Amino acid sequence: MEGIYSLMDILLPFQWASHTFMRNAFLAVLLVTPLFGILSTMVVSNRMAFFSDSLGHGAFTGIAIGALLGIFSPMASLVAFSVLFALFITYIKSKSSVSTDTIIGVFSSTAIALGLMLMSRGGSFNKFSSYLIGDLLSITQEDLAALLLVFLAVLVLWALLFNRLLVLSVNAAFASSRGISSLLAESVFAAILAVVVAISIQWVGILIINSLLVLPAAGARNITNDVKHYHLVSVLIALVSGISGLILAYYFNMAAGATIVVIASAIFFLTLLLKPYFVR
Amino acid sequence: MFKAILHHRAASCEDCSGLCCTKIEDFSVKAGQLEIFSHVNLHIHCGQLTAIIGPNGAGKSTLLRAILGEVPHTGRLRYVDAKGKHTGHPVIGYVPQYLRFDVSAPISVMDIFMACLSKRPVWLCSGSSLRPMVLEQLARVKAEHLIDRRLGALSGGELQRVLLALALDPMPDLLLLDEPVSGVDRNGRELFYEIVADLRAKEDMAILLVSHDLGLVAKHADQVVLMDKGVLVSGTPEDVFRDARTRQVFGMVDGIEAGEGGLA
Repeated sequence: MEGIYSLMDILLPFQWASHTFMRNAFLAVLLVTPLFGILSTMVVSNRMAFFSDSLGHGAFTGIAIGALLGIFSPMASLVAFSVLFALFITYIKSKSSVSTDTIIGVFSSTAIALGLMLMSRGGSFNKFSSYLIGDLLSITQEDLAALLLVFLAVLVLWALLFNRLLVLSVNAAFASSRGISSLLAESVFAAILAVVVAISIQWVGILIINSLLVLPAAGARNITNDVKHYHLVSVLIALVSGISGLILAYYFNMAAGATIVVIASAIFFLTLLLKPYFVR
Repeated sequence: MFKAILHHRAASCEDCSGLCCTKIEDFSVKAGQLEIFSHVNLHIHCGQLTAIIGPNGAGKSTLLRAILGEVPHTGRLRYVDAKGKHTGHPVIGYVPQYLRFDVSAPISVMDIFMACLSKRPVWLCSGSSLRPMVLEQLARVKAEHLIDRRLGALSGGELQRVLLALALDPMPDLLLLDEPVSGVDRNGRELFYEIVADLRAKEDMAILLVSHDLGLVAKHADQVVLMDKGVLVSGTPEDVFRDARTRQVFGMVDGIEAGEGGLA
């Protein structure tokens, strides 16, 4: 860790980079935003924006349950509950003929209501309110180690899973004729999303976490024509808005998560204007 | 000539002796309490195009999805090769109904081929090694020029030809086409049917096609099955289109008679 810090001293001789909390936040942004970039490509292509939104709500309940039980570490209960929640929705979605948005709507509102109910018990809601907007500057070295682990695991799974998800996004029946199990692929994808949302929620905040799963790819698809560029541009948008958002937030003393999202949406509107010049 | 006679004889006879075929035995599908179709028995022969016709809601698409194993069903699917030996499950290719794509999806024709042909993720795969193979496969459906286009920028007929090319790798024993070109313009439809008819002859493949295009069915199909919650009539196009039940379902038009003339 000291090695990384001294490397940052050489590479980033700026005032903001002299604080340890900013260095940690910067490293977290470098690890997390590429994940949001690659995952968002399939969130947008598979029309899962509403689903990923509900994952934030599920994570909220996970925090409440973790606080209530108090037997596991808060992070473990948060991740476990988010993954179960995501898998449960995916399973019900595949078994039921009710429309997807209704099912997600039901689970999403149940989760947020349950979370609020548990958290407000005994008038103690205020200590949870930091989860609503998140605090990117509170990242510790242990958090960074966990992030690195998740980062590597997601990259490996993404390499294994991506082709299946791509064929599924074109046509589910066609995918199944090629021996692709839609339930399996969607479940693994949902679980990955849930883990990434759960570990990021305390820094980004429930209110805006979904924008990071939608905006990078929504912008990238405006100016790309094939999968490789789609990925590349999506990751770039996420990285650029992450880094510039963090620095701006430091100098103007604003919430970092929100600043990142505002920059990402500015980039999205820019790509919308550029669309006619790029898309064939 | 001899092949044609043999095929037409096989279409009406009950066993598959001497020809490879896929047998669908007593298929039934229920959705909750509702019976979608029941007791469907079909013999689909290699080198033949079998067309399923019928009104909306007759269970045609559901039958294809049951054959794919996507819908729970009762009954058995058996594939028998030319020697009459039971060879288990056939390799099935599938072309879905033409649907409006999300035109903003940045997926090129090459990307979707790479996703199907290669284990390596498309965002890591250079693709240059696969390119000659993909061009060859696209050539089978007269679509080489589309390799670098976005899926969303293809016309309906072009998109369905690309999906057909994908369904042909690996080369299937049984090719299922679910209203592949409904909603596609006339030229696109005819080109698609010509390619399919050509494949049947060249690859000696069994093709099962759901279609509302009675004119093109009459022109290209070897066997026609009229379905409405079960098989009502099956046989050669002449037989089925002459049948009173078919006329009742469709309120037959004269155009079919002309198509029939072409077949005889």
